[in-house]
Amino acid sequence: MVKMSGSHALIEALHKEKVDVIFGLPGGAIMPVYDVLLDSKIRHILVRHEQSAAHMADGYARASGKVGVCMATSGPGATNLVTGIANAYMDSSPIIAITGQVPRAMIGKDAFQETDIIGITTPITKYNFQPRHASEIPKTVKMAFQIALMGRPGPVVIDLPKDVQMEVADMVFPEKVEIRGYKPNISPHPLQVEKAAELLSKAERPFILAGGGVIISNASQYLQALSELLLAPVATTFMGKGCFPENHPLSLGVIGMHGTLEANKSILEADVLLAVGTRFSDRSTGKIDEFCPDAKIIQIDIDPSEIGKNKAIDVPIVGDANKTLFELYNSLSKRLEKRESSLWSKRIQQIKEEFKDKIKVDQEKDLVPQKVLKELREILPVDTIVTTEVGQNQMWASLYFKVYKPRTFISSGGLGTMGFGFPAAIGVKVARPDVPVVDIAGDGSFTMTANSLATSVAENIPVTVVILNNSMLGMVAQWQRLFYNRRYSAVELGEYPNFVKLAEAFGAQGIRVGSIDEFKKAVKQALISDVTTVIDVPIPPEENVFPMIPAGKGLREIIY
Amino acid sequence: MEEKQGKNYIISTIVENKPGVLHRASNMFRKRGFNIDSISVGPTEHKDLARMTITINGDETTVEQLIKQLSKLVDVIKVSVLNPQNSVIRELALIKLHVADAKARSDIINYANIFRGRIVDVAPASMTVEITGTPDKIDAFLSLASTFGIKEIARTGITALVRG
Repeated sequence: MVKMSGSHALIEALHKEKVDVIFGLPGGAIMPVYDVLLDSKIRHILVRHEQSAAHMADGYARASGKVGVCMATSGPGATNLVTGIANAYMDSSPIIAITGQVPRAMIGKDAFQETDIIGITTPITKYNFQPRHASEIPKTVKMAFQIALMGRPGPVVIDLPKDVQMEVADMVFPEKVEIRGYKPNISPHPLQVEKAAELLSKAERPFILAGGGVIISNASQYLQALSELLLAPVATTFMGKGCFPENHPLSLGVIGMHGTLEANKSILEADVLLAVGTRFSDRSTGKIDEFCPDAKIIQIDIDPSEIGKNKAIDVPIVGDANKTLFELYNSLSKRLEKRESSLWSKRIQQIKEEFKDKIKVDQEKDLVPQKVLKELREILPVDTIVTTEVGQNQMWASLYFKVYKPRTFISSGGLGTMGFGFPAAIGVKVARPDVPVVDIAGDGSFTMTANSLATSVAENIPVTVVILNNSMLGMVAQWQRLFYNRRYSAVELGEYPNFVKLAEAFGAQGIRVGSIDEFKKAVKQALISDVTTVIDVPIPPEENVFPMIPAGKGLREIIY
Repeated sequence: MEEKQGKNYIISTIVENKPGVLHRASNMFRKRGFNIDSISVGPTEHKDLARMTITINGDETTVEQLIKQLSKLVDVIKVSVLNPQNSVIRELALIKLHVADAKARSDIINYANIFRGRIVDVAPASMTVEITGTPDKIDAFLSLASTFGIKEIARTGITALVRG
């Protein structure tokens, strides 16, 4: 037992969890912690807006698989984190947000910068804590890390009243804590695995739909082994992008609203669908009643509440994707011989051939997003980690920027948070300083968190931003073109800001390109640059992202 | 009242007995669009555990999803669906009735006795009856009592335990 203040206990506990970085911004109610932080080995990265701190922690978490930590003061500091916390919740990303709170005696009195962050974040966290005594802090931090990482990961908030931070108490740092109400089931039920293996071994047209859960549980190698054994094509959800190499003959790319034609067409021919680590989101399935109505569906998920939530399931398996795919593979390898090809795999190649280059790309213009992203892929090393903003840029990235490794494509899937990509890229770079990090951006999204340029330059975290600049809120404009009679309502951004000057004002490098050759040169320049580089790529303002399944429609109604 | 379509379910849960647990549960119901008929919470034989009894009307899929979502809450330790045939189910109601005259007063006392209720308050123009039992029994008393004129009703919602 050691006597120390709540703040000391917090930093010590974070240290014990091997936290090496915190993204944050101080304020009145968190000052005792910041004072202690000054003497600790933990690196603090100062943001210019708390939303970015949460996104940075999120990017850090997704790239590393570890918990990302962000910190802010009470009131507006805490509420500014909310978008980032909700984002992490929707995409199952393990972050811990530490917020200051007014002293205990002031809680509930509408004190200066008081906000009920526990109430606000209850629906968007796995759990949240407000220790009322300093002595609870070590155990609280231990539990927070366990909850954030265990089972299906997600965000946890620790709200610390200022006087609790200052209170001195005897501290006990537990090695492990028992959380009796939260014990995720990691090992799949053997009987269910057998049932699934039986079904898959008899399938004529097996199909694998792989989601973000495959990335989270590091199950890519078993996924690939299983796919090759079954000769089952793999489509990923948007969140699953990267869990299966997109240059693999059995890869169909991403499914869903802006998924590839081959994925959306061929999944409907499947007789047995193996869905792993996916929650059948509306963006992936389109109209749910028309999604694989005749296929037998096997669903693997670590979260029992996801099984059958959106789609009725024939063989449910609760378990970790990694462990379950491994066991499923073992079971299947006893039943099946590895083959070179099958009727179904030939059919898949035929579908891929049929839809190859089906999407029209402007041949006259040079700087169109499709070509820009293909070129970007050519230049960037395989290990490069790409983040995206939200909207057209994101969907073009999904379609045209092929990804070969898990955790190298990081994007805001569930919440669709504009402004996510750039701060997330900074967080990724902190976790992985050894690889290039590139944010594929749109001009609208990038402007939302562009103030993070200050952080990236001041903290020496160089990343590259490629802005596909159409001077529009492009995705909204696309919907207005397609579904609102071309009536543009509040989507024209104009040529503001001047991104080169903006970058330079923050001490970063800004390059505007006028041709594909200039673009290639700029990317190469960015890759060797010591400072963050913003590459402004003007693209045609009225370019659509195709294919597209209109909202509420089934996969068959894909337009291109 | 809304037309009830599905079946009635009684869900009994053991939860951490600490502040905020009811908030977390009710927040989840609201967020997921579950319509709860009643919820009652009270301490158990272990001082750090509470029992939360929830009644819901719905189809099987809805109830299954509700149970999964409840189980997912960190503060929820155990969730079970009670079989009414094999459970003791009770609700308590306080019913304040108009008393028009002496005859009404004696009728109310008689009815209360038949239902094993108790008169817990008497005022010049009203009486309050306490009834404990299954919701059906309370409903039956209420329909009878409505002839006197009901001023106010307070019902606790169901609490229940498995027999044996």
